[in-house]
Amino acid sequence: MTKAHIQASRTPAEIVEMPASVRVVPISQGRKPMVEISKLYKSYGPIEVLKGCDLVVERGEVVVICGPSGSGKSTLIKCVNGLERFDRGALVVDGVRVGERASDMTSLRARIGMVSQHFELYPHLTVLQNICLAQVHVLKRSKVEAQAKARALLARVGLPDKEGAYPAQLSGGQQQRVAIARALAMDPVAMLFDEPTSALDPEMIGEVLAVMLELARDGMTMIVVTHEMGFARKAADRVVFMDKGAIVETAPTQQFFDEPRAERAKLFLSRILSQ
Amino acid sequence: MNYSWNWSILIQPPYLGWLASGLELTLVISISAWILALIAGTLVGVVGTLPHRIPRMLAATYVGMFRNIPLLLQLFLWFFVVPELLPSGWGFWLKRDLPFPELWTSMLALGLFTSARVAVQVGSGITAVSSGQRMAAVASGMSPAQAYRLVLLPQAFRIVLPPLTSDFLTVFKNSALALTIGVFELTAQTRQIESFTFQGFEAFTAATIVYLVIALLVTFFMRTLERRVALPDTMGAAS
Ligand SMILES: Nc1ncnc2c1ncn2[C@@H]1O[C@H](COP(=O)(O)OP(=O)(O)OP(=O)(O)O)[C@@H](O)[C@H]1O
Ligand SMILES: [Mg+2]
Repeated sequence: MTKAHIQASRTPAEIVEMPASVRVVPISQGRKPMVEISKLYKSYGPIEVLKGCDLVVERGEVVVICGPSGSGKSTLIKCVNGLERFDRGALVVDGVRVGERASDMTSLRARIGMVSQHFELYPHLTVLQNICLAQVHVLKRSKVEAQAKARALLARVGLPDKEGAYPAQLSGGQQQRVAIARALAMDPVAMLFDEPTSALDPEMIGEVLAVMLELARDGMTMIVVTHEMGFARKAADRVVFMDKGAIVETAPTQQFFDEPRAERAKLFLSRILSQ
Repeated sequence: MNYSWNWSILIQPPYLGWLASGLELTLVISISAWILALIAGTLVGVVGTLPHRIPRMLAATYVGMFRNIPLLLQLFLWFFVVPELLPSGWGFWLKRDLPFPELWTSMLALGLFTSARVAVQVGSGITAVSSGQRMAAVASGMSPAQAYRLVLLPQAFRIVLPPLTSDFLTVFKNSALALTIGVFELTAQTRQIESFTFQGFEAFTAATIVYLVIALLVTFFMRTLERRVALPDTMGAAS
């Protein structure tokens, strides 16, 4: 196993307390970016939800996207793995031109992990089967290999004893950790998170963020839509602020929190931090 | 009423044999029609939930046709009209060379008629599965076919198992219509016993009981299946 064993001995609490400088893998320099979004436009009927978004995410970088409800955050990250079409602009992910007919979206999607607000575990399968399904049917791994991988990842997200459980038998926080393990089982080159903790009871948010933080420190490329500013401070290299379909501000994390330039970002931050 | 009861007629040769062969044909027609209905109905149900408009329209047309034309008329159309419309070689083969044409026709007609109902059930089952499930499957690199086979259909079937039970029961009842094109299934045999022996009450009572027993067995089978595939209840605090 690779990453699974590097930090398996650390408890989530220890990982949360680690300073950002412990990052195992540095952001890559000189290689092609993981995600290049340029002048992306998208409308739902007459409503324009993306109005020329530009964003480059380097390999190994962690980018947090925040912004008010309806600003287009979900739409933007769904465009990244082609779950939503866009109307104009260019989008290259891991060297694949998304939105072009000739592009092999299936294999790109297998390489990009996605975790959504509502977990979306398959309710008719056990935890182990959930984590093995795409490994076996998409990556064509043997069942034995897939299960070994699944068990290692379950240990990594702190659920080694839940492999036989059905999703409905788990708490929200446990389900979301299984969903993360399911995505990691595909050996993704990047992970997309869409408000992974917003459907969770407050006492479960920490356990999920701890797993994500560990992932960030292992060098995973991550785009995370979240309003958890504590997570952004600890894990993000940059914060992107979206409003009304546009990227209003992109700044290194420290700078974003200390001196946001855009008025709307300032307002948003003061609201969310005072909560 | 001056009716002389004679229940023993039912176990006398050749009448017991007639009932048995009638039951056999009823079972053969109904079960093959049901298998055809499950396969065709699942396919049409899936096509009806695809994201593109044209396949969805085709599925709706299929369902509208097979569900709204009376089954009796469909039987006659397949038996009397379709062979005339086909190229003459095929038509001759159907009318002259195919053994038991009335049997094949009733399986096909009953199967397609029922498939429209199955398609509606399966379609509504797929729609009842949250769109996030399809998205999760596709996001993990599954093809649309894999997403349906591995994620959507297993959930959809669990949802529509109870209404499918009632369609399965209806197939056995509808199979009696096959007698109109000359299949000697259970009801036809019963009528034949009646006209040979004038012991109609006994014969029809026997048929009624056989249909009831079939219904009970089918219901039991489907309930068992439902229990076998049922998912454990929610125990955690999934928000
Ligand atoms: N399928 C759809 N059809 C029509 N409009 C849509 C659809 N999905 C999203 N929208 C609209 O697009 C806009 C952006 O939606 P999006 O979900 O990307 O916002 P968001 O920033 O993720 O919001 P939230 O914080 O509430 O999740 C919203 O105005 C929304 O109403
Ligand atoms: Mg959203």
